[in-house]
Amino acid sequence: MDVLFRNVRELVERAENEGKLISELMIEQEMIISGRSREEIFTQMDRNLRVMEEAVERGLKGVQSVTGLTGGDAVLIQNYIATGKSLAGDLLLDAVSKAVATNEVNAAMGTICATPTAGSAGVVPGTLFAVQNKLNPTREQMIRYLFTSGAFGFIVANNASISGAEGGCQAEVGSASAMAAAAIVEMAGGTAQQSSEAFAITLKNVLGLVCDPVAGLVEVPCVKRNAMGASNSIVAADMALAGVTSRIPCDEVIGAMYRIGQSMSTNLKETARGGLAATPTGKAITHAIFEGGDLKSLLKSRVSSN
Amino acid sequence: MKFTSVFDIIGPVMIGPSSSHTAGAARIGRVARDLFGRQPKWVKIHLYGSFAETYRGHGTDVAIVGGLLDYDTDDERIKTSFAEAEKAGLQFEFIPETANRAHPNTARLVMGDDESEMSVEGISIGGGKIEISEVNGFKLRLTGGMPAILVVHDDRAGCIANVANCLAMHKVNIGHMEVSRIERGLTALMVIEIDQNIDERILSQISYIPHITKVSKINN
Repeated sequence: MDVLFRNVRELVERAENEGKLISELMIEQEMIISGRSREEIFTQMDRNLRVMEEAVERGLKGVQSVTGLTGGDAVLIQNYIATGKSLAGDLLLDAVSKAVATNEVNAAMGTICATPTAGSAGVVPGTLFAVQNKLNPTREQMIRYLFTSGAFGFIVANNASISGAEGGCQAEVGSASAMAAAAIVEMAGGTAQQSSEAFAITLKNVLGLVCDPVAGLVEVPCVKRNAMGASNSIVAADMALAGVTSRIPCDEVIGAMYRIGQSMSTNLKETARGGLAATPTGKAITHAIFEGGDLKSLLKSRVSSN
Repeated sequence: MKFTSVFDIIGPVMIGPSSSHTAGAARIGRVARDLFGRQPKWVKIHLYGSFAETYRGHGTDVAIVGGLLDYDTDDERIKTSFAEAEKAGLQFEFIPETANRAHPNTARLVMGDDESEMSVEGISIGGGKIEISEVNGFKLRLTGGMPAILVVHDDRAGCIANVANCLAMHKVNIGHMEVSRIERGLTALMVIEIDQNIDERILSQISYIPHITKVSKINN
């Protein structure tokens, strides 16, 4: 198959040699592969962006998952931002709340756009809508943000994995965070090389992250990991824009992520047999949800005992 | 390359909570229905690996049944697919397996009605993308991302050429093709990825070619 880039090195080299944005190369490659016009491709991505906007909006109004295990945290964080007392800063926490909002909608079986997966769907839109307030992008730039994220995700998916069952959470929230970091850099006017540095810095920070969903649900710890992912990407993007580089090249970090995923026990890869899922509370939650226990009082007793 | 489109990464638009366990599962169900050619009356859904361990939490069960009812990944009815299946006269059963398959997210659907039976094995490789890995015992690799036809035929000289000629006559371009057989001289399977969806008329013409026993298609 004819592609413009197979790894990050080729992507950055091409961007530099041809004086093009990473998003532009992703669009051109999609045109080659799908045989569709630029306009059709933009229209489809615009539709995905709209789904993301609607999900955040819905999550910020407050949702509850079917189990009652997650929901409502995005609202709490927004209310906290409004008090003006936040330590992390408004932009960072705004990204966190919007990432959480999206993933709470996902947990509630709402409509979302997988980026790159559903379990990690909060990070890319969460960061996008937060930096939007600071950078004031055009609609086209917002759509390009998704193409830039997609270019890096494309490389990870083909050279490593974006599946929790295959590679652990590092492959899902890890990939999503790194994709978002690279896209933030482009939107902020950074170079293609800086995008790749941001990507590498972000992914390095989550190597080895296990996928251990309590009761096998995409709720705990997934929702809060999207918050962690969103903040990770914003910090890494800022670092790259400041001129910080990764000592380990981007493609090698992706390779390391893949090998780490391969050597992780299956108990830690979306089977709900290890990690948080195997804690006493994790098991009690599983029992309550699937064998008719009382989840409400279980959650309440945990809150009061802490 | 397993992932070809940017929309494999930014997308699909879907009902939560899991791209591989919900959206991918719905797609496996839908492609299986396409290959069967109509909605089956009954289906036994064997789940392996992570699918077997966590299918209830991920909505993998409602998603596969939704796919068998022809729902897309973003169809709200996925949530209530069990009730819809009852209305539509589709009986289903889930069988979590302990055996290991090559991929951790694997489902094998054995389905049928009064006329025929079929088994389809699919894997969900991440981000909602799937591959069909086995049909009626034949190993194959089909992504479901392209329109395709599957032709079961006797393992005789000329069969492949006749099918290719029929497609050529209708100006249908072949993108990728695989032929496999369980044993020489017995039954074989052609998997043909094509550039555009084809109508029932062409399908039925292919089915009249000598030594062709069954033809099914996947639209995209």
